[in-house]
This record gives sequence, structure tokens and C-alpha cells, in this order.
Amino acid sequence: MLRFFAIRLCRALLTIALVVTFAFIVLRLSGDPALMIMGPEAPPEVIEAFRKAWGLDHPIWVQYLDYFKAIGQGELGRSMRDGRPAIQLVLERIPATLALTIPAFLVKVLLGIPAGIYAALHRGSAIDRAVMITAVAGFTVPSFVLALLLVLIFAVQLGWLPSGGQESWRHAILPIVTLGFGGAAVLARFTRSAMLEILGQPYIRTASAKGVPWRRVITDHALPNAAIPTVTILGFMVGSLIAGAVVVESVFSWPGVGRLLVVAVANRDLAVVQCILLLVAMTMVTSNLIVDFLYGLLDPRLRSKGAAA
Amino acid sequence: MTTPLLEVSEISRTYRMRAGLFGRPTSVHAVDGLSFSIPKGETLGIVGESGSGKSTTGRMVLGLEPPDHGSVRFDGAPIAAPGTATWRAQRARMQMIFQDPLGALDRRLPVAEQIREPLDIHNIGSKAERDARVHELLHAVDLNDGHGRRYPGALSGGQRQRIVLARALATKPDFLVCDEPVSALDVSIQAQVVNLLVDLQARLGLTMLFISHDLRVVRQISSKVAVMYLGRIVEYGDADDLFARPQHPYTQALVSASPAPGRRSTGRIVLSGDPPNPAARPSGCAFHPRCRLATARCKAEVPVLTALDPQRQVACHLVTGAPAQTQDAA
Amino acid sequence: MTDVAMKVPAARRLRWPNIPVSVGIAIGWIAAMLVVAIFADQIAPYGFTKFDLRNRLSLPGNPAHWLGTDELGRDVLSRLIVSIRISLLIAFGATAISAIVGTTLGFLAAHFRGLVEQAVLMLADFQASMPFLILALAVLAFFGNSLPLLIGLMGLFGWERYARIARGLAISANAQGYAAAVRQLGATPQRVYLKHILPNIASTLIVSMTLVFPEVILLESGLSFLGLGVQPPMTSLGNMVGYGREYLTRAPWIMLAPAVTIVVTTLAVSVIGDWLRDKLDPTLQ
Repeated sequence: MLRFFAIRLCRALLTIALVVTFAFIVLRLSGDPALMIMGPEAPPEVIEAFRKAWGLDHPIWVQYLDYFKAIGQGELGRSMRDGRPAIQLVLERIPATLALTIPAFLVKVLLGIPAGIYAALHRGSAIDRAVMITAVAGFTVPSFVLALLLVLIFAVQLGWLPSGGQESWRHAILPIVTLGFGGAAVLARFTRSAMLEILGQPYIRTASAKGVPWRRVITDHALPNAAIPTVTILGFMVGSLIAGAVVVESVFSWPGVGRLLVVAVANRDLAVVQCILLLVAMTMVTSNLIVDFLYGLLDPRLRSKGAAA
Repeated sequence: MTTPLLEVSEISRTYRMRAGLFGRPTSVHAVDGLSFSIPKGETLGIVGESGSGKSTTGRMVLGLEPPDHGSVRFDGAPIAAPGTATWRAQRARMQMIFQDPLGALDRRLPVAEQIREPLDIHNIGSKAERDARVHELLHAVDLNDGHGRRYPGALSGGQRQRIVLARALATKPDFLVCDEPVSALDVSIQAQVVNLLVDLQARLGLTMLFISHDLRVVRQISSKVAVMYLGRIVEYGDADDLFARPQHPYTQALVSASPAPGRRSTGRIVLSGDPPNPAARPSGCAFHPRCRLATARCKAEVPVLTALDPQRQVACHLVTGAPAQTQDAA
Repeated sequence: MTDVAMKVPAARRLRWPNIPVSVGIAIGWIAAMLVVAIFADQIAPYGFTKFDLRNRLSLPGNPAHWLGTDELGRDVLSRLIVSIRISLLIAFGATAISAIVGTTLGFLAAHFRGLVEQAVLMLADFQASMPFLILALAVLAFFGNSLPLLIGLMGLFGWERYARIARGLAISANAQGYAAAVRQLGATPQRVYLKHILPNIASTLIVSMTLVFPEVILLESGLSFLGLGVQPPMTSLGNMVGYGREYLTRAPWIMLAPAVTIVVTTLAVSVIGDWLRDKLDPTLQ
């Protein structure tokens, strides 16, 4: 058990290290990092201080290690727009993003998983087909199109809800629905196929053949086993919450991390972009670790398997 | 006396195996200090159960994997390291016939194109000459151009093995290793393919290493035979003589288990004990746990392959050892 | 009764090409999109940047402008046609790049094993665990924007799937069978991989391409929608939706035409991909 988590933890740290390396390489390829991070209008002495602080006069591998050290100490540079520390800018946007993504995540789970289970148990029924069609739509309709359609219907035509901004809870409804719908569709489709695969397994047939009531077969045997693959995709969803919010926050002018990222990219505000990149990587890695932990709880076999892999 | 085409001296091959990622690694001596030579135009048969190291020997002889110790010399020169350009060039002179002909052929190419492939690889002849050679080869293995246009899936097992044979012969190699070439085929087809091999060997003056667990096939095709047990040769001699009067208890058991016409049906020797496992090699003579004649010396001392007469070598204390040691037998 | 039930699918299987209606429609749509993309210059009734200031924001159905015009009086149909060309160019280019990169890395991993293999697998894990949109945005932020960069960037999307598939299949082909046989004939690694292994695993790779392709379209249109992908005066489907968003209240048709094109094209490729997967390679997913 301990070895399993030790290995997972090492892989998590490795992923973070790769992201940092990625940022370092991209940063170095794109031009003078001092100018890039501090902005072209920074006074020469500031640039010089930055160069010294970041050790840009050292050989490249020393710089690489220093870069790691700086990031480890939370030295993520300043926004070139208002000169504030990038990390502060990003942190103050997080609550707004969570205000959208947490309810949206609940929508996905509470809608998607029951729909998937129901569809699997009533395969071929009208509801099953409805779930499948919605799931396909959830994949093929990009979130920005869905968002605009919702705005067109509920804000422009019906006038029930505002089309953008962050003044009240009513402003959050359309973004949450947009975020939740696509995820719920994917989750429903995934849960359905996981359930169907489990239901086809010999042990399920054995359990029902030896007279275990069907309801108990489902609750005791099918659901716990179907939960394992579903937890994986849930983990990925948690990890990509910020990525999902990028488009939706932009459409609805919602001042979260996603919108900040788009603005930062458009303005080439590199310190902020780099900071968000790391934030996303940390979220992803953390959620993967949680998934691994849940795996350990759900399926003790995976511990030894994971160690051998 | 002619110089041998192939000279193998003291080759060994050890595989490291682990039980799982954190299991303790164990060494498996697949082949252990093997020596033999094959004169030009002759066929050496290697006989043994699965796990005796005969396939590993075939692969090392061809240079498909390097021996850990010892050397393989082909036509007086050592075989180059696998994957090098020299090694690739040597392939034109030494070829292999596999046990599973369907697995050895590419299902997505017509077989004529696959027969032609060695010529393309080694850049032999013009386009017209290559086409003519493919035609010739198809006929040499009793097939026609119509078969050549088919895909492997549309041919029978025997036809596929003939395609593999035709491909192996395309570059007019001097040396051929056949690893269980007929054991995947129906018994009725086996004879056809073996006859074809015998015929081609005589006609083309091929030198061959023929690996099989089937004594009858080996006897039909080989001039000399080596019997292998757990990575070592336990008996070596002229094919007919060896099968007529086997000396090593293991060979005796093999011969008695294999029905042959014209041989008097003596009592069949049934081998007891576990089949050989190269990962757990017994001490002394590796065969002793299954040998009905084993003595205390067999458990302790490894028998050396010793010449009994100019035609026969045996590794057995009972056959070659001092008479004092054989009193425990019987 | 069972006899009848058995005969019907058998008879259907004999007919060629045996294509379900939905897949037929999907193939028809993709073919139409390709024709539009290739002959965009000939088909488009107007130049895609040409202003018609007397016909600004004209409604669809207008004989001069079938799909209407935008704020500047530019013909929506002409812009749509040119957008289809750009979006498909990016999607095809990127899918081809990622298939080539991924397959090559997979083959290298299978050939060299050891450290090379570990490095490829580590990169694949990394790629699969980071949301690609974020990585793409980071690269765009650092490097600015241009069409070749965009295609190259999108070309990094999904490579890890090809790499994993190519590695797995090449290892199993190398271990026994035709690849080992050809190698011992003296063939160079290039010959073994390109002439023998590649054709044998092509169907699996093609199925993977049809699964990656719609995601590339969505990704590019998403980036362009945000104004970070294809840059004006060039136009792409996502770009048009982004532009149409400004006129959502007054001229929703500007946004609807490209939006519908994106959705139907993605759907069509997915339908074809699912069908191909069932047909060629039921083992995938």
C-alpha cells in the first residue's frame, strides 16, 4: 500500500517537473526571459536586477535548476499589465472560477451518473436512446456554441436570464448549465458503457443465477465495480475544471481564472500564463493522486498491480 | 577432411528472469557450453524436449542473438553483431525456416512479393531476373505462379511452409536453420515438406541445422544428430547408428518412445519425474532425477561429453565412467 | 424462424458497399466539405473580405446573399466557404502531423526499448494528463500566432494515442512473427517498420485518426473563437462564431451558419469513426 502511494507520488512530482521544464523550454525559446517576464517597459536596472536574481548570466543548466528553485519558492514573476505578482492575480480569481465549476461538477455527477446507470439497466428503452443522443450532442456541440445558443434562447429571445457578468446568482445559471451539460453527457455515456461491461461479466450472471435478488446484484456487485472506471474520468474532470472554464468564462464575461488566462495570452502576459499553467498542473496532479487513493479503497487488487506496472 | 562450414565452440546463453518487478532475479541457463561443427553439405539434427535449449541454439548459430560466452564461426569468420550492416549482409548466406509459417509471413502482401523480398533487400539481380527467380523458386517448392499471387491467408499450412522455404532459398544461401519446420503441420503434410527439404538439400548442397523433437523426422533428414538435455549435448553421433543403438539413458528413453518401422519393439522406457525446467537445473548430471540408472555420482558430478568411438560421443557416467562407479546401477 | 433471422444479415453482408444510412450521409457530408474546401475560390460567390455596404446585416434568403451578410456587408456564405477550407486544412494537417509524430515515436520506443521507450512513455503520460487547451494557450502566449504554428501546435494533439498503439503493436510484431522473419532476412529497420509493420497496423491507426480528427476541429474552433487561433483577416469556423457572437441579438445567422457546420462535421467524422472502428478494429476502446 505504502509503496503504491510512494510510486504515485513520485510520478506526480515528475509530472510537475515536466510542466516546469516545458515552461522553461518554451520561455527560453521565445526570447529574452527578462524582457518577457518583466515587460519591455521595465527600466534597465530592473531588468538587470532580474537577470542577476534569476541568474541569467549562469550556464543554461544552472539557470534550469535556479528556475526550479524560484518556482519552488513561489517566485512566479509579475504581471506586465499592472505589475502585481502574478500569483496574487491568479489566486484572487480562483473563487469566481470555483463558483462556476463546483456547481457544474455537481450537475455532471448528479445528472450524468444516474442517467448512465439508468440507461444501462434499461438498455434500448426510450430513456436509453435519449441519453445516448444527448451524449453524442454533448461531444459534438462545442461549449462555445452551446453557450451562445443558450444566450440566444434564454437571454435574447425569452429575456429570462442575463447574458453575461457576475452581479447575482442568476448570472451564474447559464455558465453552470453550459459547463454541466457537456460533462454530464460524457459522464452518462461513460457510466453506461462501464455498467454494461460489468453487467456482461460472468460473476454478475452467477450472482443472479444463484438467486441473489436483482436489486442486490446491482447494488452489491455491479455498482462498486462500475465505480472504478468512472472514478478515473471524474478525476480527469476535476483536474480539467480550469481548462473547461476557459471558454465558458470568456463567453459569459465571468471574471475567473479561465478568462484571466485568455486575456493574459492575448496580451502575452507571460508571468500570468506560466502561473496558471502551474496551477492547472497542480490541480491535475492532485486530482490524479486522489483518484489513485480512491482506487486503493475501491479495489485492493490495484495496489499490487499498480506496483508491478 | 573438409573444413566445417559452421563451427560452434563453447557457446552459452543465460536469461535473467524475474517474478514481477520486485521479484528476485533468477538465472536460466538456456544453453550451457555447447560445441559442435557442421561440415559443408551435411545436416546436423538437434533433438530434445521443450526447454532443452535447442531453439536458443538455432538463434545463436544464426547470430539472431549473441552468445554470452563462446563463439560461432561461419565459413571461417565470426558472425557480426545483430543489426549491423555486416550482419545484415550475412543474412543472404544463412537463412531460417520457422515453426509457424503463418506467423512468419506478412498477411498483407502477396506471397510472391515476400519470396522476392530477400532479393530486394540484398539487391540481387535486375527486376526481370528477380521475377524469373521467384518463378523458379515457386516451382522448386512444387507451387505455381497462381499460388504466388495469393495472400498467406489463402494458402494451406503446407503451402505456406513451402513459401517460407522458397523465401529462405531466394538468395541461394549456404546454410539453413530449420526450427521445428513441420511440427505445426498436419501429419499427412509433414512428409511432403520433409521430402521436399531432403530433395532440395541434396540438389542444392545445403548445409543445415535441423531442430525438432520428432526423432523420425530428424532421422530422415540428418546425417549427424545431437541430443540435447537442459542446454547441453548428452549424446552425439551418426543419425542411423545413434538411433539404432542409443547409449545415453535419455536417448534410449526417447528412442523407445518413438515408434519406428523395422525396429524390434523392446520394452518402452517411460520417463518419470518432472519435465526439465531450465530455471531449476538439477546438480550433477541434469538428467539424474529422471534416470532409472542414476547413481550417487550422477547427483554430484557433471558428466563430460566423451568420445566412445570415433563416431559417437556420450555424456554419461554409466557409459563412459570408471566401472567401479556403475555397481550401484541395475 | 432462426433460419430466416440468419439469412437476412448474411444477404446484407454480401451487398457491397454495405454502409448504414447514417454513415452514408456522414460520408456524403464530409465529401461535400472536401469539395467545398478544395474549390473554395470557384464556389464562393463573393470575395470573403469584400464589403457590400448597401447590404449590411441582410437576412438569409436574400437572393444576392443566401446566408445573409454581416455588419460590414460581407457575404456570410462566402466567408463560410473560406472558413471551411481553413478549418479543414488545419484539422487535416494537424491530424496528419500527430499521426506521423506519434507513430514514429511509438516505433522508436518499440525498436530501442530501454531509455528511449521510458522517455516516450513518460512524455505520453504527461501529454495525456495535461489539458491540451492549456498547453496550447501557453505556447500561443509565448510564441504569438501564425497559421503554420497553429497547425504544428494542433499537430501535437493526440500524438500519445498513436504512440501507444504503434509501440504496443510493433513490440508484439517484433517479438514473434512476420517482423522477426523479415528482420532475419537482413532487412533494415526502416524496411521492417515501414513496409511490413505499418501496413499491418494501418487500420488501427486510421480508426484512431477518425477519433482524433473531430477533437482537433473542436480545439481549433475553440481557440479561434477566443480570438487566439486563426487571426483576421483570415477566417475559420470558430473565428466566424466568435465574430457572430457580437451580433447575436441583431444577426444570429452570422453565428449559426458556422456553428451548424462545426457540429455536423464533427458528428459526421465521429459517425464514420465509430463505424470504421466496429468494422476494422473492434478491440479499440
